[in-house]
Amino acid sequence: MHLTLEFGGGLELLFGSQKKHEVDVVPPNGMKEVTMESLLAWIKENLLKERPEMFLKENSVRPGVLVLVNDSDWELCGRLETVLEEKDEVIFISTLHGG
Amino acid sequence: MVRHCELCNGKRAALVRPKNQQQICKDCFYTAFEEEIHQTIVDNKLFKRGDRVAVAASGGKDSTVLAHVLTLLNKRHDYGLDLFLLSIDEGIAGYRDDSLETVKRNETQYGIPLEVVSYKTLYNWTMDEIVKEIGLKNNCTFCGVFRRQALDRGAHKMKAVKMATGHNADDVAETVLLNILRGDIARLARCTSIITGEEGALPRCKPFKYTYEKEIVMYAYFKKLDYFSTECTYSPNAYRGFAREFIKDLEAIRPQAILDIIRSGERFRIDSTAKMPEQGLCEKCGYISSQKWCKACVLLDGLNRGLPRLGITRTRGKGSANVVETVSNGVEKLAVSRDDRRPSVSAIDF
Repeated sequence: MHLTLEFGGGLELLFGSQKKHEVDVVPPNGMKEVTMESLLAWIKENLLKERPEMFLKENSVRPGVLVLVNDSDWELCGRLETVLEEKDEVIFISTLHGG
Repeated sequence: MVRHCELCNGKRAALVRPKNQQQICKDCFYTAFEEEIHQTIVDNKLFKRGDRVAVAASGGKDSTVLAHVLTLLNKRHDYGLDLFLLSIDEGIAGYRDDSLETVKRNETQYGIPLEVVSYKTLYNWTMDEIVKEIGLKNNCTFCGVFRRQALDRGAHKMKAVKMATGHNADDVAETVLLNILRGDIARLARCTSIITGEEGALPRCKPFKYTYEKEIVMYAYFKKLDYFSTECTYSPNAYRGFAREFIKDLEAIRPQAILDIIRSGERFRIDSTAKMPEQGLCEKCGYISSQKWCKACVLLDGLNRGLPRLGITRTRGKGSANVVETVSNGVEKLAVSRDDRRPSVSAIDF
């Protein structure tokens, strides 16, 4: 499944200072779908270069990191349970940097 | 399933508002966000027609959104304010020089003039030079004390009568908690005030006092506002970091907690027997101070005499207003008695 991921608000520093990433993600073993929860696990394994604690906490994003799926707050579509579809765009923005 | 906006029932909802869990579309969000800030400004009489207002601008998200919203509201509601951007150049290569570029773009984008005041000009020290002298411990104390005063001096020089800062609801809630954790009664009593320093020449106000950080960042993102988001090169304040994380954890469980902490802070009644610091003027530079010399002059004196740790010492007296960690250096400690309200004087004499 092809997804466009974007990291902003300082999070890009954890991903080699690259904001936009075009990725292909397959559902985890035994699953038919890619959910936000499995996407986060995939990002941790494949994309995240440093300081995972700045991005993740337990199985979710660190509180203070905003997530948008196709330009909508992920709180509208079920957070970790959100089921992703082909060509979806997922954006992560940290609110924790500077003022 | 596509959710529709609870306000207009037409467009697709774009976010959940932390303060009331409302699901609303981008356009209804812009209106609510801007008009609630307008209401805060009006209800609290933050400005008067004709005021010359300095907008403290770091290039970060809060001050960028503040500059944008104040410019917009000033036009929309005809406040009649003379706004300008005021930035501080602390002299931190790779951090502040980059963020100042953002503020310079803001100057053009919002069509309001920019004034930059540098530590080098004011104090003859850059933060890079200070860090070389004192290392990475306590450097944030120097920077914080110097910045506060530099903003006042810059605003004064530009003949501003008020200053607006981008402190948001999350910041205020965090400060309430920190003041409780430190037992800093004087600061606890005033940290929720939307206007501070009214007795002085330059009151400061916080138009975002009730505005959630999440909404500020969402607004900046949806509106594609140009802001700078790199952490300062020098280590951030660890204690503040813990309080921040705690606030964010609370928000994840119950977002209203942030406004509730602010309301708790507003409703505290400070024990009338608590000793409060008396405000006077610094004998050296004339800046407002509860001590003989203001904190900036004490720190600067230490730097210039090659004793940079002077002034990083803390009094523990009742109602003491200046809370900085005590250094465990015997010589420096000698200079400060436990209840000495004027550590600077004795420290300077030794």
